[in-house]
Amino acid sequence: MSGRWRVGMIGVVFLAIGARGADDRNPLAADPKAAKAGEYEFRINCALCHGLGAKGGGRGPDLTRAVKKHTHNDAEMFQVISNGIPGTAMPANGTNGQGVGMTDEEIWQIITYIRSEEVKAPAKPLGNAAHGKELFYGDANCSLCHMVEGKGGRFGPDLTGVGGSRTREAVIDSVRNPSRRLAWGLTEATKEFPQEYETVTAVTADGKQIKGVTLNEDSFTVQIMDIGEHIHLLEKDKLKSFQKSRESMMPKYTPEILSYKDLEDVVTFLLRVGAK
Amino acid sequence: MTVQAKMAPPSNHDLPRKSPWKSGPSRAALGVLLTKAFRPRGFLHTIILLVAISHAQVTPERLINSAKEPQNWMTYSGDYSGKRFSALDQISVINAHSLVAKWVYQTAATGKLETTPLVVDGIMYASAQDDRAFALDARSGRPIWMYQRQIPSDIRPCCGHVNRGLAILGDKVFLGTLDAHVVALDAKTGNVIWDIAAADYRTGNSFTVAPLAVKNLIVIGISGGEYGVRGFIDAYDAGTGTRKWRFYTVPGPGEQGHDTWEGDSWKVGGAPAWNTGTYDPATNQIFWPTGNPAPSNRGAGRAGDNLYSNSLLALDADSGKLNWYFQFTKHDEHDWDATQVPVMIDAGGKKLIAQADRNGFFYVIDRTNGKLISATAYGKQTWSDSKDADGRPVANQNAEPTLNGHTVCPGALGTTNFMAPTYDPQTNLFYVTARDQCDVFSTAPQPYEPGHAFYGSAYFPSEDAEPYLGFLKAIDPATGEVKQKFQHTSPTWSGVLSTAGGLVFSGDAEGNFIAFDAQSLKPLWHFQMGGAVYAAPIAFAIDGKEYIAIAAGSAIYSFGLP
Repeated sequence: MSGRWRVGMIGVVFLAIGARGADDRNPLAADPKAAKAGEYEFRINCALCHGLGAKGGGRGPDLTRAVKKHTHNDAEMFQVISNGIPGTAMPANGTNGQGVGMTDEEIWQIITYIRSEEVKAPAKPLGNAAHGKELFYGDANCSLCHMVEGKGGRFGPDLTGVGGSRTREAVIDSVRNPSRRLAWGLTEATKEFPQEYETVTAVTADGKQIKGVTLNEDSFTVQIMDIGEHIHLLEKDKLKSFQKSRESMMPKYTPEILSYKDLEDVVTFLLRVGAK
Repeated sequence: MTVQAKMAPPSNHDLPRKSPWKSGPSRAALGVLLTKAFRPRGFLHTIILLVAISHAQVTPERLINSAKEPQNWMTYSGDYSGKRFSALDQISVINAHSLVAKWVYQTAATGKLETTPLVVDGIMYASAQDDRAFALDARSGRPIWMYQRQIPSDIRPCCGHVNRGLAILGDKVFLGTLDAHVVALDAKTGNVIWDIAAADYRTGNSFTVAPLAVKNLIVIGISGGEYGVRGFIDAYDAGTGTRKWRFYTVPGPGEQGHDTWEGDSWKVGGAPAWNTGTYDPATNQIFWPTGNPAPSNRGAGRAGDNLYSNSLLALDADSGKLNWYFQFTKHDEHDWDATQVPVMIDAGGKKLIAQADRNGFFYVIDRTNGKLISATAYGKQTWSDSKDADGRPVANQNAEPTLNGHTVCPGALGTTNFMAPTYDPQTNLFYVTARDQCDVFSTAPQPYEPGHAFYGSAYFPSEDAEPYLGFLKAIDPATGEVKQKFQHTSPTWSGVLSTAGGLVFSGDAEGNFIAFDAQSLKPLWHFQMGGAVYAAPIAFAIDGKEYIAIAAGSAIYSFGLP
């Protein structure tokens, strides 16, 4: 095979179980064999974004959560897998140019698998979202660089959707170890842009130093945002120096800076916003 | 073209100063005769045009002797040897910095434009997604005709509705289609001359490859390794579309190599042939590479070497009989198709084939017998740390995918992929687009169902991996050593062209088209085309002026000196 990740949509509509559709309940519900088949189908079709084990892969939501943002029952989940979610990176079945999509039976298998992996009770909110919001916009200084629901800074990634698309553990890890896995910039799950929130330092011909994150880059130019949210459009061959670092400009929020309880409150705030 | 030029507005682009068609005494005499016989001038022009084009028929001899007409690009790789080298030297290291865009042709296609255009006597023939084919005035980019096939909605391509180009022979161009037909189009009008079904697309067969015209045959290989097709290479009579031979890349019962498949696994064994091979007129052999066994990332159920998957095949051009084969990756479980252009190189008195394989090794093979001469890693790889008695890299214990997944380099996209390489006989270097990327390979057992994707696997970017790196690398075939490299901002899918002007051309994923010094791989010029490159460049000339063309985004671009 040639091109892209084919962990995307695959398969053929054979209508193996007839033209039964989203109105019906899952004909394979709670069937352990279907759940096993669904696990493999999930790996091939879903895991690139939702992670092995459906626990979220940093790009797609943790599907083991009992409460899901876009679906409340099997029929709705069937619709979401079949048609995608407009305005998000979730594609419709069979729309990525790789084959003609999964069969109805395979979609039901995947749903059966997801149900088998779900945490049975909704996770009890561990923190205080209201306090987390105060911290986010106040003492924790998150909003200096991050925006949530249109309010905050632009230097770091917008975090409005992060609670819906990432696991609690991934969010915590990003706060405690921001350099471990740099956030993606322009990248969507289904695109191939390479840009990340790498730290770049450019020195212009007249000796001016510009430090910031890349908005985009190619072999000849770079588009940088500095911490003052100024955008610098630079030609690399006109620079005195140009350096990139995988050390994030986000400070490492150690427990001394942000206590476990306060971090939990901030994460709870983000999860609540993300679930809207 | 003469008529076209007369109809064009007399400004804003280069008008032909003289006809590109060679004139001869007989045609001049005919012209006088016609002038006397037929008064209406339009008709006279038509007749002269027809005479001119019939003169320009692409004969098998012209394809064999393509070196005599460097102004034309008549096969996928520019010549039968697969070098993708142009003897044109007007655009050179001296003046490449002044290159300018001459025209842009928008195909209106969406997705990846992988086509290599052909240029014959001033006319460009190319393809685009969804089985489009078209002819352009190669000087102005103005279309002459366009064909678009009505393709069924339930076709089964693996990786987009792509097409890598056309073949030309006689007065026809040839297109392989996503619903597994081979179509012959009239080169002057785009009319369908014949259209044959090679295989059933419903079971996962498709064509994405540029066919190769050899003698009076159109040679073409099937895609569908992701659907468990039984791979094949076909040859069709160019005049009639009659199939002259078929070579199944997975041997059936009683055939040599059949015992390299467990049970009935051969029936769905894959081994597609989706990139264009090369041809050696001296021995009348076609060299054609094959792709992954199916299911691509799960070896359970198909124990054995799985011949002739991931192999280079030497086939007799007249009969399709196998003369020899060389298998790059035995019993592949990483989707490492060997579908890279096998480049014929003559060096040190030896007749060689050089192939930079998707598995991360650069192979040099004696093309008279298929014996391996050398295999050298040219990118990051972790799957092999030893070689067998023949010098072939063998897989180590850590290579196999597991249920829970583990990291192997290169990843499933390979160190290189289908992007065309080039061999420059002036620098004696082999230039190839390369990628350093590792993946987590995880098995996911799947039953075979006809027409249903059949991977048996999933693979992912490795969580802890470094960023993916992309390069243009220059390899010395004599040693396998990487002599020069240029690091792109990110991995690219662009092919590479070398020219006698001391230049190497390639594109990048950020949309740049770049001219490099072939010696140093220093960029001398670039142009932002606004779309990622998945195609390979060509060079051609019209009226003594050299041009470089490449597809990017949804368009074809032509560049030349001001």
